[in-house]
Amino acid sequence: MAASCVSCGAVVSQRLLLRPRVSLAPRQVLWKAAELQSVPGPQILRLKHVTVVTTKKNVKALRRETYTVDFIKKQIEEFNIGKRHLANMMGEDPETFTQEDIDRAIAYLFPSGLFEKRARPIMKHPEQIFPKQKATQWGEDGRPFHYLFYTGKQSYYSLMHDTYGKILDIEKHKNQLQAKGLFSEKDKTTDLIGSRWLIKEELEEMLVEKLSDQDYAQFLRLMERLLQCGAAEEEFVQSFRRSVTVQSKKQPIEPVQHDAQGMAFSTSEGRRKSAKAEAVVYEHGNGRIKINGIDYLLYFPVLQDREQLMFPFHFLDRLGKHDVTCTVSGGGRSAQAGAIRLAMARALCSFVTEEEVEWMRQASLSVLQLDCSRLIRASENGRSRARREPAGSLPGRSAECCRERRGSVHLHVANTHQ
Amino acid sequence: GTMLKGVTRLVSRVHKLDPGHVLRLGTQASQSLAAHLDNQVSFESPRAISCTSENDPAKHEEKHEGQHYNLPLQDMKTIFPHGLPPRYAMQMKTFNEACLMVRKPALELLHYLKNTNFAHPAVRYVLYGEKGTGKTLSLCHIIHFCAKQDWLILHIPDAHLWVKDCRDLLQSSYNKQRFDQPLEASVWLKNFKTTNERFLSQIKIQEKYVWNKRESIEKGSSLGEVVEQGITRVRNATDAVGIVLKELKRQSSLGIFRLLVAVDGVNALWGRTTLKREDKSPIASEELALIHNLRKMVKNDWNGGAIVMTLSQTGSLFKPRKAYLPQELLGKEGFDALDPFIPILVGNYNPKEFESCIQYYLENSWLQHEKAHTEEGKKELLFLSNGNPGQLERLCAYL
Repeated sequence: MAASCVSCGAVVSQRLLLRPRVSLAPRQVLWKAAELQSVPGPQILRLKHVTVVTTKKNVKALRRETYTVDFIKKQIEEFNIGKRHLANMMGEDPETFTQEDIDRAIAYLFPSGLFEKRARPIMKHPEQIFPKQKATQWGEDGRPFHYLFYTGKQSYYSLMHDTYGKILDIEKHKNQLQAKGLFSEKDKTTDLIGSRWLIKEELEEMLVEKLSDQDYAQFLRLMERLLQCGAAEEEFVQSFRRSVTVQSKKQPIEPVQHDAQGMAFSTSEGRRKSAKAEAVVYEHGNGRIKINGIDYLLYFPVLQDREQLMFPFHFLDRLGKHDVTCTVSGGGRSAQAGAIRLAMARALCSFVTEEEVEWMRQASLSVLQLDCSRLIRASENGRSRARREPAGSLPGRSAECCRERRGSVHLHVANTHQ
Repeated sequence: GTMLKGVTRLVSRVHKLDPGHVLRLGTQASQSLAAHLDNQVSFESPRAISCTSENDPAKHEEKHEGQHYNLPLQDMKTIFPHGLPPRYAMQMKTFNEACLMVRKPALELLHYLKNTNFAHPAVRYVLYGEKGTGKTLSLCHIIHFCAKQDWLILHIPDAHLWVKDCRDLLQSSYNKQRFDQPLEASVWLKNFKTTNERFLSQIKIQEKYVWNKRESIEKGSSLGEVVEQGITRVRNATDAVGIVLKELKRQSSLGIFRLLVAVDGVNALWGRTTLKREDKSPIASEELALIHNLRKMVKNDWNGGAIVMTLSQTGSLFKPRKAYLPQELLGKEGFDALDPFIPILVGNYNPKEFESCIQYYLENSWLQHEKAHTEEGKKELLFLSNGNPGQLERLCAYL
């Protein structure tokens, strides 16, 4: 921590909210804020180097540090200026410098080898960095602005109130239409497929207040009821839904090719860990499989690998019906088996109906990730190896030994954890 | 673990498979009992597919291909005191019967053997193939045939045993350059005696051999005495073996008897050994007396019999796992020494043989899995073992 930004050490200790033990007096905070605001251009950039990871926990701990509206506005201006400076530095056009460009530029200028992505340097709009906080709810005379302030969760209750009001309106409208006789039975119901309701955390974020589970359940019930009444308030309802991407559409299905003798076959590749495999599956065959020119029984003497190969065919019930020729390289024995399995499953997709493709996807056979993204787990949380207990947590060592080892582990932590 | 459990479970079950016996309710689950009943009811039909009643190898023909035939256990003890592969011996003990499948390579060989002209020099046949395809068991089939036809059988169960992990290497008294292996030689002589008891008294040696200063064997005494001497005097066992081989070779041309030389793992004769002298320098295979004599035996400069050999990668030393062709396993030296020979490829099961094997296991209640007798189950087994008999047997051991 100390090593990274030596020059703005004090600023760092304020900004990095990773140690909640460090409680600062409000006066000190204000002074720092004042100092920040009075500092001219170049030093502003230095502020932006610092990552500000504010989670809900930290907001609680530093409740005294509220961001005033002016402060946020100032931050936004500074961010924009900083964005233009960055664009100039990178030699790009400041007008069309998007957030992705910013991310790329920062990753280029400050390469970091940290595994935790959230710990790496970021430069984002202050809206995303500073948690949303409520402006002061009451005026000079102490009288609250919102009429539901004394309920405690004013936004939530006002939302429920509005929704119920809308339901009543729709019903009144329906009754009027029925009275006039113009009520038509056909209702276009909103299309709910492909979207889901907001989860509790998202709702909390939206309303900037804490909810309980019962509140959330009540909210969902009200929304459902609104939907039942009619399709009148579509945009209102849709603002509370998020879309769920349909994954199977992302997977391209390979076309069936034909080779010289008129045999239909299809090719595809698969990867797992560091093994790459390419499989050519022929439509009609005996169930022979050749890997790098060698029969699969000889190439995989272990039963487990052959079971992996068997799985795609067994799942689709096509055990003896296809011939396969494949090439594989890299990885170890298991990785190669997994890679070939993936390649075969993908190649089989082109001989198989859409439904079965969906089944296969659900059985995670033709899994869509391009390679298996399991990586080797390095040290985490202050341990020196992935699974090793930290020194001193297991019994059976003498006290001095513990102390010594803890000392050395400490250094290690300082180097890697940052 | 499964095998041991299988032994206790299935030995009791095999008794129950005999027709006409009342089913005794043991500690079996009702499911297997139901399977039993099914087996009892349709006792004849599965057996008809997988087993044949023709127990004389001489009469085996194409129509018996894929079917198992029963070898009487008594014969097994005489003919194969040492020759069976260990897994097969376990299976024999489990099922309490010895069944061999009649397969094409064996049939081919039988055909050749039936039509051998004993005036011509002995023909060499080499059974080769990938690991676990059934070369050793085919050899056993041939040996059974020859035993039934009253040939003299010279069976070396695994030549690899003679080139690795031997203790007590003695310097040969006959030839100072060579080494003796008393233990292996005496064991082999014992087994040889069991197999060919009746010939030993008939064959007379035609030369005088001197063991050492005090003992010698006169011309005209029977081969049995030579063998006895080898068994009792372990130091002279290797020489006894040498004498036996020499005499047999010489006398088979006379036509008194027909000689079958069956060597399993013949590639050991020309490969490297793992044996070392006291000064840790490696011994070449020709420096071992047993190997030297055996090499002479498989040369085709005698007549009145046949030489059948199998190549084996399983016990071989310093050879890659995927090697199975004669060229690869024998090396240049061995290939030249054995040339000309008739190679016979032993392959994996074809679908009919596979089906028959599964049926055989099902009958003997070896496969206990519910899906074992369904079509999908069989397809799975076929895929996983790719028709390789050895792999299939190992797979079924788990079921």
